[in-house]
Amino acid sequence: MEDRFHMIENYLMIRMPEEIDHHQAAALSAGADRYIMGRAVKHIVFDFEDTRFMDSSGVGVVIGRYKKIACFGGSVYAVNADPQIMRIIQVSGLKKVLHVVEEGTNA
Amino acid sequence: MRNEMRLELDALSINEAFARVVVSAFVTPVNPTLEELADVKTAVSEAVTNAVIHGYDGAQGKVVLHGILQDGLLHIEVEDRGKGIEDVEKAMEPLFTTRPELERSGMGFSFMEAFMDRLEVRSEPGEGTLVIMEKQFGSQGQDEE
Ligand SMILES: Nc1ncnc2c1ncn2[C@@H]1O[C@H](COP(=O)(O)OP(=O)(O)OP(=O)(O)O)[C@@H](O)[C@H]1O
Ligand SMILES: [Mg+2]
Repeated sequence: MEDRFHMIENYLMIRMPEEIDHHQAAALSAGADRYIMGRAVKHIVFDFEDTRFMDSSGVGVVIGRYKKIACFGGSVYAVNADPQIMRIIQVSGLKKVLHVVEEGTNA
Repeated sequence: MRNEMRLELDALSINEAFARVVVSAFVTPVNPTLEELADVKTAVSEAVTNAVIHGYDGAQGKVVLHGILQDGLLHIEVEDRGKGIEDVEKAMEPLFTTRPELERSGMGFSFMEAFMDRLEVRSEPGEGTLVIMEKQFGSQGQDEE
């Protein structure tokens, strides 16, 4: 679990699991929160490279983390989101807070 | 072709993924597109998750998944005998949740509505909840909204 998370400067990078549902969400949030509390996390990048499924529980994980860093001026980003994840981001309205880094524009 | 299945699951979070696998396998004969498959998996995942979290709130119970596949139409029902819903109309509003402390965001019914062709929710407090959904496969491009 721990190697899901690593820091690049003040960005917390999270490699999201293959399936993000209610069963996975609590451990994912708790793992991320350990970093957010203990380190100088300003922004969070959710990497969906491995993710083939996400439902509303994943939306809750993203919004929950966003709330923890937004009051300190932090932002949340999504990278490598496949079409299924993009639909979830769109339909849920997550796009209002989650900056989607489109393919090809990330270095 | 007509095919029907009924499956009773313990209300455990681990069975959310199992329910998704079952419904994916059930619709395989109608050759769903990747998008149709994702839609059905998401909708079923939402309904089963709701039964586990809200219906039974961590207590023991059973969730019944009942599916009928006929002429490319999937009819799927997810039923629990948990605590039920006081105001169904309100519960179905986007962003409405009774469990914000669990990081629920009130999007479950909105996803079911967006990804399926029909959604009906029948519930009585103390009796349980029945979620009925339908989706027609192979209709993409014909009934674009
Ligand atoms: N099976 C159920 N039994 C009892 N109450 C339910 C059930 N399903 C839904 N509800 C009620 O309806 C509300 C809305 O459900 P919905 O799935 O839209 O959002 P949520 O589960 O609260 O959040 P999310 O699905 O985004 O994690 C729930 O908060 C709950 O109060
Ligand atoms: Mg829900």
